[in-house]
Amino acid sequence: MILVYIEHKAGQVKKVSLEALNLARQMASSEGTSCKAFVVGNDSLSVELGNYGVDEILKLPSADHLSQDQMVEVCSQIMASNNVKYFILGLSTLARSIAGQISIKTQSAMISGITGFRYDAGKGIYRKSVFSGKAFADISSTTKSSVLTVTANCFSAEPVGSQKANETIVELSIPAAKIKIIETKLVQGKTPLTEAAVVVSAGRGMKDPSNWGMIEELADLLGATTACSRPVADVGWRPHHEHVGQTGIAIRPNVYIAIGISGAIQHLAGVNNSRKIIVINKDPEAPFFKAADYGVCGDLFEIIPKLNEALKRLKS
Amino acid sequence: MKLLVCISKTPDTTSKISFDSTGTKFNEEGIQYILNPYDEWYALVRAIELKEKFGGEVHVIHVGGSSSDMVIRKALAIGADAAFRVDIDPKDSFHTATQIANFAKAKDYQVVLLGKETIDHNASEVGPMLAAILDLPFLSYANKLEINDSTATVQIEVEGGVEVVEVQLPIVLSAAKGLAEQRIPNMKGIMDAKKKPLEILQAVECESRIQLVNYILPPAKTQVEMVAPENIDRLVSILRDELKLI
Ligand SMILES: Cc1cc2nc3c(=O)[nH]c(=O)nc-3n(C[C@H](O)[C@H](O)[C@H](O)COP(=O)(O)OP(=O)(O)OC[C@H]3O[C@@H](n4cnc5c(N)ncnc54)[C@H](O)[C@@H]3O)c2cc1C
Repeated sequence: MILVYIEHKAGQVKKVSLEALNLARQMASSEGTSCKAFVVGNDSLSVELGNYGVDEILKLPSADHLSQDQMVEVCSQIMASNNVKYFILGLSTLARSIAGQISIKTQSAMISGITGFRYDAGKGIYRKSVFSGKAFADISSTTKSSVLTVTANCFSAEPVGSQKANETIVELSIPAAKIKIIETKLVQGKTPLTEAAVVVSAGRGMKDPSNWGMIEELADLLGATTACSRPVADVGWRPHHEHVGQTGIAIRPNVYIAIGISGAIQHLAGVNNSRKIIVINKDPEAPFFKAADYGVCGDLFEIIPKLNEALKRLKS
Repeated sequence: MKLLVCISKTPDTTSKISFDSTGTKFNEEGIQYILNPYDEWYALVRAIELKEKFGGEVHVIHVGGSSSDMVIRKALAIGADAAFRVDIDPKDSFHTATQIANFAKAKDYQVVLLGKETIDHNASEVGPMLAAILDLPFLSYANKLEINDSTATVQIEVEGGVEVVEVQLPIVLSAAKGLAEQRIPNMKGIMDAKKKPLEILQAVECESRIQLVNYILPPAKTQVEMVAPENIDRLVSILRDELKLI
């Protein structure tokens, strides 16, 4: 059986969990096995998960938010007690922390950050990004069971049906939490960078932090999340969590718009898996143009305000 | 306080990545190896800061052959007190975590630190695996770590923000940007490093659980379409009609 861990909040399933279900469904139909979902919490997700081809929901009701160490325990238990061959998680910060731990507790192989999948002579082959986006590796598992994590924006999150999934309540023993959450501080509003479909990013070409208004305006107009190059975060023009690249966050949005960023190899490493890249830079020799699908060679201080005006006109 | 930092070596960030003709072996020709930035800049430096505050020792451990001794010496030059190298080429994350766990299991380290990922495999797998083998709590992507008696207060990265958590030592923790400030080794550090102990250890048996089929380079980008800076209409139509953003 294939089991997908579903991350959800306020009745809403995380997009990357739905994408993980897509991979699970493909594998389940090829292997002639069932595709089930594991839900922790009290949200009712029968309708939504049914729409994504889930055969059955295994639900661990819990009013409390479980800590990561508790999650490792319950996921390991459910994997062991249901003879799960593949336990699949959407790659979130939670999954990144617990998946490897679960693989140890269940003596499974661990394959993380899957971006693609195929069968070759009956064997599952997983593709993942390595060398910070400069290459891919195809990997297979050599054990009976595997824990897999799926990179965001690599599999479709389109619904496939309209049947309701049955819910079965499972009983698992939840140990006392070792890690206690004291406080959660969230930056409000925007989609986190790793999940964003559209990213508007700017670099040192912006000259001064006070110029970022036009970048935020463009991002709002496109429903995008903002990002930046490393030097801009290093000098404090922008917050650290916006820093993308080899030593920052690696992202693969559908569209990445780079404004006033030269395209140094370490920057490209974190963004060159984006589906489409638009580069706006005044230097025709900027290396970023070589990695771009669309390029505009010109002064960002003229182009961006005009573009924003045009987009506003279009929207009104 | 006894602290252990797991260090890895990775190709320099400017490296051109290529593979041999079978596509299964990374081409090391002309590749400069460096200490993995997350291990060096954040995990190691925070460990040294804690030692400076509370006393104790910082040990570093590396799984790899003798060609790694350069990066190990760098960790000693930055301020680690002693180094250990398990003399085997790591096969995969599980293999690496098993070797480190075998070394660390009976040594009473209060904090085991490593970088949040290596910049070559980017898997973030060794930390969680190591914690699970040692049966210790794991703190992933930490950007603040304070210790008070036997309690650690850790700030970890989560989607769209941070979480502050409390946990009893001992712990395994992966270091993200912000945990410490990079330190450049000075001349005295480099000289001292030559005299610090580097112990070579035998590897333990461990079967790999995954198999590399092959590596692939990403397809080259097709021709870029250049848009004239005055042609805002074309830019809008790309965003609206081709990329369907509006
Ligand atoms: C170990 C290591 C790790 C690194 N990791 C990262 C990383 O993770 N992420 C990262 O981003 N960098 C990283 N770097 C830094 C990287 O090498 C570059 O220095 C950095 O990406 C450059 O940032 P930038 O493009 O914003 O600035 P610059 O290189 O200064 O480029 C600014 C660009 O703006 C353009 N410009 C200026 N004015 C205008 C205008 N008016 N209109 C239009 N265009 C304009 C210029 O033509 C130029 O191309 C790393 C470096 C090292 C050594």
